[in-house]
Amino acid sequence: MNEQQQDKRKVVIELDNVKRYFQVGSETVKALRGVSFKIYEGEFVTIQGTSGSGKSTLLNQLGCLDTPTSGEYYLDGTPVRKMSKNQRAKLRNRKIGFVFQNYNLLAKTTAVENVELPLMYNNKYSAKQRREAAIKALQEVGLGDRLDHKSNQMSGGQMQRVAIARALVNNPAVLLADEATGNLDTRTSFEMLVLFQKLHQEGHTIIFVTHNPEIASFASRNINLRDGKIREDTINPNIKSAAEALAALPKPQDD
Amino acid sequence: MNILNLFKVSINAVANNKMRSFLSMLGIIIGVAAVIIMMSIGQGSKESIRKELSTMGTNLLTIRPGADMRGGVRQDPSAMQTLKMADYQRIIDEKKFVSYVSPEVTSSGQVIFGNNNTNCTMYGESTEYLDIKQWELEEGANFTEEDIRKAAKVCVVGTTIVKELFGEGKENEAIGKNIRFKSIPLRIVGVLESKGYNSWGMDQDNVIIAPYTCVMKRIAAQTYFSSIVCSALTEELTDAAIEELTQILRSNHKLKAEAVDDFTIRSQAEMMETMSSTMDTVTIILVVAAAFSLLVAGIGIMNIMLVSVTERTKEIGLRMAVGATGLVISLQFLIESVLISLTGGLLGVMLGGLVSNFVVPLMGMPSSIPAWSIYVSFAVCTFIGIIFGYIPARKAANMDPIEAIRHE
Repeated sequence: MNEQQQDKRKVVIELDNVKRYFQVGSETVKALRGVSFKIYEGEFVTIQGTSGSGKSTLLNQLGCLDTPTSGEYYLDGTPVRKMSKNQRAKLRNRKIGFVFQNYNLLAKTTAVENVELPLMYNNKYSAKQRREAAIKALQEVGLGDRLDHKSNQMSGGQMQRVAIARALVNNPAVLLADEATGNLDTRTSFEMLVLFQKLHQEGHTIIFVTHNPEIASFASRNINLRDGKIREDTINPNIKSAAEALAALPKPQDD
Repeated sequence: MNILNLFKVSINAVANNKMRSFLSMLGIIIGVAAVIIMMSIGQGSKESIRKELSTMGTNLLTIRPGADMRGGVRQDPSAMQTLKMADYQRIIDEKKFVSYVSPEVTSSGQVIFGNNNTNCTMYGESTEYLDIKQWELEEGANFTEEDIRKAAKVCVVGTTIVKELFGEGKENEAIGKNIRFKSIPLRIVGVLESKGYNSWGMDQDNVIIAPYTCVMKRIAAQTYFSSIVCSALTEELTDAAIEELTQILRSNHKLKAEAVDDFTIRSQAEMMETMSSTMDTVTIILVVAAAFSLLVAGIGIMNIMLVSVTERTKEIGLRMAVGATGLVISLQFLIESVLISLTGGLLGVMLGGLVSNFVVPLMGMPSSIPAWSIYVSFAVCTFIGIIFGYIPARKAANMDPIEAIRHE
């Protein structure tokens, strides 16, 4: 691994000894006990850990949904800890694309309207620009022909693609996926990984939080958490192709 | 997010839950309709009373003996005999703003013709009385100045008297017949046109009108008048006429400057005001009762909105995650509740309009929707939407996006 070569790249995310404690009754739960790492532009990082390892807490920090008890988190160079709720809402709107496990699409709403949602909270976009950006994002995830399908008329894989398009539509600094394949069958999961790898190749920075160790082999770097600390932070020298893995799967049988 | 987008989002939310939205509107619809109907009945009654009173002559003035009764204190009986012949004469001699004058002496009793009898009120009046009241004769003629001078035993009767004494539709036959009132025979010279019942339920046709001189001397045996009725030249001159009559009567009664009037002058306009304000009070009571249903409807909306906020916790979490601030979220829900209550208000106004235009008249009640009640309804609905939408909106805005988004 060439440290100097890495350092030339732009730092998108920097955690500096981030701690997050929760007060539960008289007890202090130390969810994050001092986590530091940098994520560079264009990386595809998986964050793994068993339940209780601090994965979700870390994700909340990275997504600016929560602030550290101590330490500092820089998102695209901006320190987040002292930001107000509203400032963080704006930061999320401009810099982060969320993909959730259960898609979280708006019910009875078309794909394109779902994708437009983040831009609704950005006054710089006109209705026309919003629609164009949403269509472009949907085309990117391969749903250019399903713009006006409502969320209840789509399969799980299609819904997750809409969710990914929604995460991409604001051209975020980082794509945060929280167990994005957790609700999908094996085949669809691989299809989703193919999509993530494609986005990675196009230069998107992706953080994929998962408890599934298999997914790490498709990413460029893997951070492993345990008890609120980093146990392992490794570069994957040998990234597997999701497309090949998908092809190797037994064909779905029609009966 | 700009306001237009917020409206779009809120309209979608209402439209996506048509049944629930309609049910929460229902309270508002019924409440607003009830208020509109109550107001239209109140306004309608007021207008019909006004119309009735104005046909009786809005320029009508009534002078009664005795000071205005204040604080429930009974008048000195001697004060009740202050209107005399001299007063009437002087009014006739000096009147400028008064057109017609008639002294009035009344007496109630039995009237008899042949085997038939009935009870009625006898009015002793001058010849100008019919002009003051704007009453017309159906048959025969009014009594004359000559009759007044002679205190002639003649009279004009209403149709109820004819019906009771001669039978239905026998107005023709009644003319020239002698009836007896308290054993005084009176010859019928005219029959009045039927006017039916007035708004107090009094039969206006159950009257006998005779020369005041006749009633004073032969029937009531009194030297003073019960009242003097006059009409001002025009409605606008009513106040001038009252002023003029007051001057005449005060000087005639030799009242000192500091003494209170020993008579009271009431105008029809004043009566109208009294009636209107009574009607207003009744209307207000009805409307307040109806308005309580709006309060309940508002609470209904709040209830539904609270359920809706809980149900849409995930949506709220998502919106916050992708950049919605608490303010924007609370506005979204506030607009939604205002939308529900305003739409309910619109439907309520329509329902109220239909009922008061088509159903209320069928029940024989007058109705007229005052325009301002519609504006007030909309204002109240907006107010209800904001007030009762506030708590649910605040609940939504205060959600923690981390918990909201993982809410199941």
